[in-house]
Amino acid sequence: MKKKIGVYVCHCGNNIADYVDVEKVKEEIAKEDGVLITKTTMFACADSTQKEVVDDIKEHELDGLVIASCSPKLHLFTFRNVAERAGLNPYNYVQANIREQVSWAHSNDPKGATEKAIHIIKGALAKVKLSEALTPPKITATNVVLIVGAGIAGIRAAIELADMGTYVYIIENQHFVGGRTSQWNSLFETNESGEEVITRLFTELKKRENITLFTGTSINSTSGSVGNFEVKLKISPRLIKMDCVKTDDAEFDKKLQQAIDICPVEVPDDFNFNITKRKAIYKNFKSEFPKCPAIDDEACTKCGDCEQFCEAIDLHQKEEFIDIKVGAVLLATGFDPYEPPKGEYGYGEIDNVITLPQFKRLIELDENELIYKDKKIKSVAYIYCVGSRQVDGENKYCSRYCCTSAIHSSIQIQNKYEGITSYHFNRGIRTYGKQELLYKESSEKGDIYLQVDEENRASVLVENGKTIVKANDILTAGKEFEAEVDLVVLVTGMTPRAEKRTGEILKVPIGRDKFFNEIHLKLKPVETVIDGVFISGACQAPFNITEAVKLALSAASKANTLLNKGEIELEPTLAKINKGTCDWCDECTKACPYDAILKTDLDGKAVAEVIEAKCKGCGMCLPVCPVDAIELIGYSNAEMESIIDAMIA
Amino acid sequence: MDTEKKAKILVFSTDKISDPAIDLAGLMKIHYSPTVYTITVPCSSSIKSRWIMHAFEKGYDGVFIAADGTDCPYGESCSELTGIIVGNTHELMKAKKIDPARLKMAAVCSVCAESFVKHMDSFTKYLSKTENTN
Repeated sequence: MKKKIGVYVCHCGNNIADYVDVEKVKEEIAKEDGVLITKTTMFACADSTQKEVVDDIKEHELDGLVIASCSPKLHLFTFRNVAERAGLNPYNYVQANIREQVSWAHSNDPKGATEKAIHIIKGALAKVKLSEALTPPKITATNVVLIVGAGIAGIRAAIELADMGTYVYIIENQHFVGGRTSQWNSLFETNESGEEVITRLFTELKKRENITLFTGTSINSTSGSVGNFEVKLKISPRLIKMDCVKTDDAEFDKKLQQAIDICPVEVPDDFNFNITKRKAIYKNFKSEFPKCPAIDDEACTKCGDCEQFCEAIDLHQKEEFIDIKVGAVLLATGFDPYEPPKGEYGYGEIDNVITLPQFKRLIELDENELIYKDKKIKSVAYIYCVGSRQVDGENKYCSRYCCTSAIHSSIQIQNKYEGITSYHFNRGIRTYGKQELLYKESSEKGDIYLQVDEENRASVLVENGKTIVKANDILTAGKEFEAEVDLVVLVTGMTPRAEKRTGEILKVPIGRDKFFNEIHLKLKPVETVIDGVFISGACQAPFNITEAVKLALSAASKANTLLNKGEIELEPTLAKINKGTCDWCDECTKACPYDAILKTDLDGKAVAEVIEAKCKGCGMCLPVCPVDAIELIGYSNAEMESIIDAMIA
Repeated sequence: MDTEKKAKILVFSTDKISDPAIDLAGLMKIHYSPTVYTITVPCSSSIKSRWIMHAFEKGYDGVFIAADGTDCPYGESCSELTGIIVGNTHELMKAKKIDPARLKMAAVCSVCAESFVKHMDSFTKYLSKTENTN
């Protein structure tokens, strides 16, 4: 029984202290048996506090440590390391979660939250009093990572992981790689096109033998856990045999083109955000990877006309499944652009109202003159924050990239075409960092900026066949302004991917913004609460390309660090048999999914024995024992019952 | 008319699956009763009936097992084994004349924050009627 315990109650800035009376908690806990030191701290995770705890442990020879702060999912290992640095066994440390499960969960009831915090800490004290000094076991881990999404974040992470010696499977649910980046034209600040950047990166990826790419592929199911995930991949049919497609074969290319030309099916081209149409056989741009075109299985009528021209086409291909084993999964699934509902600023009702992604494709496609629906564009109105910073809608967040992207597009059209007037109806321009240079350039080129707010937004209407945008400019004391324009561009933000199945299969938590949720925005920005599942890029929040790539590299490093030793340290939560009580009945061996219990002989008596290397610490054997002869380290009857007692005392 | 009281609920949650959901409920500031106390176990099929019975003896009004369900990282048998634990404990409760409805189990996945809070609200409502716990 520990008798010299230190307890530290964290304010977490205001996250805990706003709802929990931490001083009262400290006073109550100080009265508990075995507590030698009780302190409150502004941030328990701060370096200075960690040092103070280390010094306290050493100076007072503490034999147990409780830190009441955030969820153990965030800082368990931080504080275990603190204990270890002070010479205390890390398993003599217990974390009491008084943030996620107290202050935040009961922010509506500070008195109730304070009472609960006291009970939760008493429970942690009960556990630490009976805690043992332990050594963690290790399991082998497969140094293989599955990356989901072959956009810029996924490809960049794949290259980085491969260079660090990790084998990579990278899957893309589309038939071509590149993701959203390949849809963008000139990128700030290098002015390379997205197509060029992706081509350059993919050329690098192809040089690495320890990367395998599957296109048209998604996760069908998973089993296992960190270090040893078993993943079933579903590969949808491309309907064109990839191995038949040769590079630099003019004759073959001619046949393929004939097949495309004969295809009678036309569907909206989602690569161009539906402003153009494409055939069921398609390829988005010439240098796109893989080189082989694909047939849109949903749109194709299987008329067979194309097969007459090209022997590579195989309309009878079926979906395939393959099983892979990986140690970790890195999600880089990106985002979907916000799609305004019909009528939002006239979208879907007024012909010349389009979204920013559509506008960017239009710029890419229109070489000499900017023409939309057969009309030459001489004036453009940009309406900002559509689908972002919504007062009434779900998307409360700022999408971060759209101010810069709209202004960059505006400069592009000034440079590419002649004599276009641009009006920017914004809610405060957010071109942070170097992107501010674009704002300056745009202003110098004569673009007109008018600021509105959420209560007095711009409106789009048609009067006498002309499209008018009206607004009250708050920078000129609310003066009414109206502009007749040829095109209205809704500067739309980012939304989470409509495809939810991948996240659901892996059970990745989603946040209030509906993007994937990292453990901590600052301290664990690419980790999730699912061990071995990492997130990166715009699947976790709106990020621009630069930021997405930084996160991808971070996630790649974390995944490699986890797996590159070939083994992972696990919790030392092992089953223990009380051989004196055990009267071999075989129930525990039947319950154990890992064959970790066998029959052995103890002085002529048959008893159960745990094979430590196989035991995963699930505890399934505990309740099936008719004589209660099995306990789990860290979850003994004495520990569990003392916690139960303490939390209600 | 029922007399209302603050029901004390002990929740057995699991480290990998239901604990993240309960954390997420906090993150999303979805409120539930502050007399809900959570104790973490590796897997819901590791919970002993004696711990549950101990909780009732000590004065908890209800015990809720936030089970791994089919998401259990340890194996497919988790749901079945947890169900057996609940069944066995119900028998022990009946023998001690404790209303079996005071022990509930539901699968709570790692993102089931709202579902967890709904369970807590309805369980709290049931247990807060003193006739159900006396």
